[in-house]
Amino acid sequence: MQPFTIVTGRVAPLDRANVDTDAIIPKQYLKSIKKTGFGPFLFDDWRYLDKGDLDIDPATRRKNPEFVLNGPKHAGSTILIARENFGCGSSREHAVWALSDYGFRAVIAPGFADIFFNNSFKNGFFPLALRADEVDALFKESATSADFQLTIDLPAQTVSTPAGLKFAFEIDPFRKDCLIRGLDEIGLTLQHADAIRAYESRRRDTAPWLFA
Amino acid sequence: MAAKTLYDKLWDAHVVNDNGDGSALIYIDRQLLHEVTSPQAFDGLRLAKRQPWRLDANLAVADHNVPTTDRSVGIEDPISRAQVDALDANCDEYGITEFKMNDARQGIVHVIGPEQGATLPGMTVVCGDSHTSTHGAFGALAFGIGTSEVEHALATQTLVLKKSKNMRVTVRGKVAPGITAKDIVLAIIGRIGTAGGNGHTIEFAGEAIADLSMEGRMTVCNMAIEAGARAGLVAVDATTIAYVQNRPFSPKGESLAKAIAWWNTLHSDEAAVFDREVELDAASIQPQVTWGTSPEMVLPVDGRVPNPAREADPVRRNSIERALQYMGVTADQPITEIAIDKVFIGSCTNSRIEDLRAAASVLRGKRIAGNVKLALAVPGSGLVKRQAESEGLDQVFIDAGFEWREPGCSMCLGMNADQLQPGERCASTSNRNFEGRQGAGGRTHLVSPAMAAAAAVAGRFVDIRSL
Ligand code: SF4
Repeated sequence: MQPFTIVTGRVAPLDRANVDTDAIIPKQYLKSIKKTGFGPFLFDDWRYLDKGDLDIDPATRRKNPEFVLNGPKHAGSTILIARENFGCGSSREHAVWALSDYGFRAVIAPGFADIFFNNSFKNGFFPLALRADEVDALFKESATSADFQLTIDLPAQTVSTPAGLKFAFEIDPFRKDCLIRGLDEIGLTLQHADAIRAYESRRRDTAPWLFA
Repeated sequence: MAAKTLYDKLWDAHVVNDNGDGSALIYIDRQLLHEVTSPQAFDGLRLAKRQPWRLDANLAVADHNVPTTDRSVGIEDPISRAQVDALDANCDEYGITEFKMNDARQGIVHVIGPEQGATLPGMTVVCGDSHTSTHGAFGALAFGIGTSEVEHALATQTLVLKKSKNMRVTVRGKVAPGITAKDIVLAIIGRIGTAGGNGHTIEFAGEAIADLSMEGRMTVCNMAIEAGARAGLVAVDATTIAYVQNRPFSPKGESLAKAIAWWNTLHSDEAAVFDREVELDAASIQPQVTWGTSPEMVLPVDGRVPNPAREADPVRRNSIERALQYMGVTADQPITEIAIDKVFIGSCTNSRIEDLRAAASVLRGKRIAGNVKLALAVPGSGLVKRQAESEGLDQVFIDAGFEWREPGCSMCLGMNADQLQPGERCASTSNRNFEGRQGAGGRTHLVSPAMAAAAAVAGRFVDIRSL
């Protein structure tokens, strides 16, 4: 997994509360057999004017010019900001896969739904909680700035803006460590790689038939 | 040294790292892969730029979505086809051994593992499928896992697991003639309930279990999951050791001698203590038929459908009423008066050669009843099919009016074209009689292969002991 240390990136402001996982990635895309490729369908119902499906080429669809991701100002954004209770609704991990696949590294909001929050860390995606007034300040600066970029400094636990705002945030030390080192559950287990190899070599001696 | 259960021994032999919080990193000797639960695991590997830890520990086969009819035309349903194609592409890309749809060795994942010697005593065996418990028949610790665990096992050859409790179900004495492994396991589930084994690994023991062939033991362990246990076990004995020899993946020569020495230790110690013990008297077990929508809703064939009016507990009364309504059976109706529309002989519970022989011996020289619209015989693997054909069993089925199909999961869950229509009633040798399991609105009665064959001939359930 890509380590998350200091990330500076363009910001997409999604000024909505209670963004649910069905809005992040609608259910027709759950038929996919992949974990990748959901980026073009992120926020599908808001992003396009016509209905999409897995077998419809998103390039042929009509984009909603009003939607934040479709304007030039926010193209290539890597940080999303949103309002309260982001990621509520169904438990689909596809929501995080879609955000990551689109290119987002983090979403900043005043609060997150539990399952979405947990799923995010499994995928090296950072759900960063700030106070509601702090998030509001980010929205305001985004509205007035031509090319609004944020810096998330995870080791120092700060978010800073070009205009000089700087907010501190809290994060569980274990999760912080996993993000910084790019460790998901598999990554954590692979920290025991030497123990696994040692077990295998013992086993190769005592039960050689288990190894082709 | 403290006395250990078989489960304790298997667990201890696979601990890579004890996390000290009741969980441990457990080494996985064998992972079986199929098309439904593996694609996102492979995609996860790709996304993280990881390689499988050990290619030779994996064996893959497509089974859930494959058609059981002529395969030269490919798979019609695009979603099914995409899953099977993805498995093929993933196995090709990573170099994992796969039996493709048109390979003679293709079949249900839980049939081919043992058949190939890919399941061996003392192994840890995982698969993204709950009926992985089947492989416990070999004295292997085998259990189903989810897709993220499939990816974890692929990438690390381990899983982080919490140890379960020990339970032993002892079936004392000998069963009566005509009583099969399926009747034994249905009787056990009827006794302990579908939550009876929750949180436990069940070891099946006693003379009636030891008397079973390996195929019978697989049938019993297959349904450990219906008894609530993620894993079932049977101790290794001479029957086990005889079965696993001379198979493509099993040890040969010097390795074999070494293996047998270890396999012979794979049983619970005399003094081992179980967290829970249940005993059944084998002689009291009769041919079983499920009447409701849960495997624990099961009765001897000479029984009558329960009457909710006689059930004091309101929750149970309600579930009986709902089941009666869904199943379209009436209170106090004799099981033998329930007429059927379809028959399915197959699934990872009962699709092996002994199952087909048992059914064929009932069908020989007979015809299915006029009210039976469709009777399917679906061998568990291409090799089972070939064996059955060499014994002329296919002709027995066909002469009786059955359709003789290509191997796969088929009407066990109807992910392919083999499904029940709403309201249709099926005598099925599979393992789940949940609402809609074999097709929306379909009604499933779980029985043994011989009982299914007898029902096909009579058009209703009959006591095979009376034939
Ligand atoms: S035969 Fe049925 S229970 Fe067995 S693996 Fe296939 S679908 Fe699952």
